[in-house]
Amino acid sequence: MSALTIVRQFGEVLLAIAIAPLFAGWIAQCRAWLQSRAAPPLIQPYRMLRKLFQKDVALATNASALFRMTPYILFGTMVLAAAIIPSVATDLPFARVADAIALIGLFATARVFLSLAAMDIGTAFGSMGARRDMMIGFLAEPALLMVLFNAFLLSGSTALPSVVEASTAHPLLIDPSLVFAAVAFLMVLLAENARIPIDNPATHLELTMIHEAMVLEYSARHLALVEWSSDLKLFNYACIGFALFLPWGIATHGGDGGFALGVAVIALLTKLIVAGAALALIESLSAKLRIFRAPEYLAMAFLLAVLGLLVHLLLGA
Amino acid sequence: MSLAEWTSRYMVALSRHDLSLVLMLVLGWLVLGAAGLIRPHRVGFVAHVLFPLGAMVAVGVAFLGAIALLGGHSPQILLLPLGLPNLPFHARLDTLSAFFLLLLGLAGAGISTFAAGYFRSGQGTAPGLLCLQYHVFLASMALVILADDAYFFMVVWETMALSSYFLVTSQHRIPEIRRAGFLYLLMAHIGALCILLSFGVLQGGRWQFTFDAMRGASLTPFWAGAAFLLALVGFGAKAGLVPLHVWLPEAHPAAPSPVSALMSGLMLKTAVYGMLRITFDLLHIRYWWWGVLVLGAGLFSALFGAIFAAVQTDMKRLLAYSSIENIGIIFTGIGLAILFAACGLPLFAALALTAALIHSLNHSLFKSLLFLATGSVLHATNQRSLGKLGGLIRRMPWVATLALIGTLAIAGLPPLNGFVSEWLLLQSFLFTPQIPHAFLNMLIPLGAALLALTVALAAYVMVKFYGVIFLGQHREPSLVHAHDADWLERIGLAWLALGCIAIGVMPQLALRAAGAVTHTLLGQTVNLSSPFWWIAPIASKQASYSGLILLAGIVGVVGITFVMVRVLAHGRIRRTASWDCGYPWQTSRMQDTAEGFGQPIRHMFGPFFRMERKLPAPTDTAPHYQIHIEDRLWRVLYLPIARGVQRLADWIGLLQGGRLSIYLLYSFLTLIALLVFVL
Repeated sequence: MSALTIVRQFGEVLLAIAIAPLFAGWIAQCRAWLQSRAAPPLIQPYRMLRKLFQKDVALATNASALFRMTPYILFGTMVLAAAIIPSVATDLPFARVADAIALIGLFATARVFLSLAAMDIGTAFGSMGARRDMMIGFLAEPALLMVLFNAFLLSGSTALPSVVEASTAHPLLIDPSLVFAAVAFLMVLLAENARIPIDNPATHLELTMIHEAMVLEYSARHLALVEWSSDLKLFNYACIGFALFLPWGIATHGGDGGFALGVAVIALLTKLIVAGAALALIESLSAKLRIFRAPEYLAMAFLLAVLGLLVHLLLGA
Repeated sequence: MSLAEWTSRYMVALSRHDLSLVLMLVLGWLVLGAAGLIRPHRVGFVAHVLFPLGAMVAVGVAFLGAIALLGGHSPQILLLPLGLPNLPFHARLDTLSAFFLLLLGLAGAGISTFAAGYFRSGQGTAPGLLCLQYHVFLASMALVILADDAYFFMVVWETMALSSYFLVTSQHRIPEIRRAGFLYLLMAHIGALCILLSFGVLQGGRWQFTFDAMRGASLTPFWAGAAFLLALVGFGAKAGLVPLHVWLPEAHPAAPSPVSALMSGLMLKTAVYGMLRITFDLLHIRYWWWGVLVLGAGLFSALFGAIFAAVQTDMKRLLAYSSIENIGIIFTGIGLAILFAACGLPLFAALALTAALIHSLNHSLFKSLLFLATGSVLHATNQRSLGKLGGLIRRMPWVATLALIGTLAIAGLPPLNGFVSEWLLLQSFLFTPQIPHAFLNMLIPLGAALLALTVALAAYVMVKFYGVIFLGQHREPSLVHAHDADWLERIGLAWLALGCIAIGVMPQLALRAAGAVTHTLLGQTVNLSSPFWWIAPIASKQASYSGLILLAGIVGVVGITFVMVRVLAHGRIRRTASWDCGYPWQTSRMQDTAEGFGQPIRHMFGPFFRMERKLPAPTDTAPHYQIHIEDRLWRVLYLPIARGVQRLADWIGLLQGGRLSIYLLYSFLTLIALLVFVL
């Protein structure tokens, strides 16, 4: 492990932390354009974070230590996930710590902690949000696992760097199963990141909210960390998607000079710009589902992923 | 002589007499139990002397088990001067037994320490008698693991069932508990009968009942299948595989909490042990459909247990259903191992078997921890119903913190131990496309999805369990007086929690232990060459995981973030009332109840349940909402069998007229029939 790889590792993590709010701001901006509203400036999320960090925390009298620790744990897991996902380069010393399945586990840890924190104050909305979020979570996980199965069948590995290297080695070989898997992954991404059609990040309408209901009791620096980690989560999911389906441009083994890294960063930014615009388009075109419809939506994602798997097995056999 | 040299020589000497030492420790348990009868009503003597000594014996058993595993030498056999004249007891210690002894000792030490603080005088069985039953139970489980002939095995197997029956019914004045005990005894005996028959088939017509002879017996495929199926039913009934699970959610909650922990954490594992012993050691052939059968039963049990756990409102019943789920996960691993082994893929079989073994170990730790935590809650509040708890994290910080570790571990979250075994199991699912059956190849990935659903559902259940008991506001005003556990209970809980963390952070240790077993049973181990903080079961390019670095990473980032926030911003806090969208009037009744948390599951998995709902009419002045949820299998499977048995008994009852003349007529008719037969 040379000093260069460590520098590259830290650089990637800092890049993720820095541009995750920007990505969220970009989606908000695209949404505003599509809905012909005046868009907030691109740096609005950073202003928000600054404001929140300056305020005093208003903490419920009966909040326990678990409630106060959770924002830090959320931020920690999401930063760690960013260190593991090969968003710029594959030759990362941290990437071997967890494969894609362990990455799902890491996200699940964050979800469980946030749900427990939401139940800690003992308000009606907090526990309702926790219950709903855990429900979405347990429905989304099987679908996500099927997507990863697909990637494993194609590359023989669940470690994301190996997946990227396998698919960049044969850039022209596109398996039809990937199309199904990509659609399924997109559906899971929307559900897991509390976006339309499962949840609306812009609403505080009491009876329909999920993520917002859970973070209702957080304020100031705690809220800032929670928001920042949701932005990081969306960024991480997008990068997992790029690694699985659009790995072009990521600096692989051997090609780790400054030039390749520069290309990789530019490729990442381009992909994020396009993906953000696409997400905003999807969100503007679709309506929020009733909570009872969420199982059907996620079952659909699951079936698509299974279909991809079957297509691969049938064509491969 | 240097210290290392001295230690290694000492270890070698110890491992040579491993089996006799274990047997002496087991004898120690029996002596401790008998000592309880000296002063059966003196709680202080029983609790503060005998139970801590029992815990030390358990540590010794775990230590010897670990030495036998590390030694990895050929099995030790001992002929005991006990039993019938022509049927002496055989004992044997190989790596499989050693692994389960390690499990028994590790969890047993924590449970016994906790029990020292837990048992108090009260109604029900006297403490001294309880101590006897408790230690006989522990000793019989150890002997089940060591037994090397069918006769000895059945004797200790029955001792185990009976001693645990007496422990379950220690509060025998309550009718529900007597009923639960009866159901348990009945199912235990049906299971034992099947195991006995399985041994009968395994001896293969040579009438030799030592396991050694059974290993040598050559069975036709039909009889091998029969022996396997009988063993599956017998051990499945003990383990709580669906549909043989009905006793489990009744019996486990009825027992005192340390006994529930012993039953869920350890006794179920003896069934896993028996299943592995027969399938991988005694039977010399395996067929792929056995694997599919066990895999299917395991997956169904896992999903079934998780779904039913999600709708429970009693905290101990919830944990009992979660045990069914975990047993399902263990049997899923065993099924995959059989399937791979039968298809000639020993490396992947070793991977699946490793996952099953490590999950057994993990489950014994975290399930014991959680059952014991419910015991502390029960002592502090006298409540078992989730609807009357809440907010205990503020009254019982020790129990709440340690239970949080158990909750995260059982929910399968990294970097704790539950995740390690589930990760290994999912990894082994990934290799199913190597199986040379095209149809199976397409179906089995769905099994992995089912497993993922179960694991995620388990996280849901555990958020419900922890959140409703420990978080939120007190649902009853009396909870303000709840007190934390005493120091012996804390030590017991902390021991188990440390075990959960240790295996999660250093999974390589567990992998090595399981590797010794798979080496004996399959002649193959997964890749064990990575350093202790790292696992890469097949190849590091394929998949790797490191709990230690993950934990260090999270702790590091959390620490840096905390310091940065304090330095760059500030640490000011203002305590206020909760916000909750500005609703001014908040009561504890507005939180989600246990029923509320179960509602989405009832909605989604409706066909699994039989529900009876009573809704209030709009005009009711005192409205009541009631819902009763039942297991469908109870009505579909068990009640018809019970009715059939009843009818058969009624018919046979016709013979018993109660009049002497009719009985004489029977004798007369029998005589005539015999005469006709003879002549």
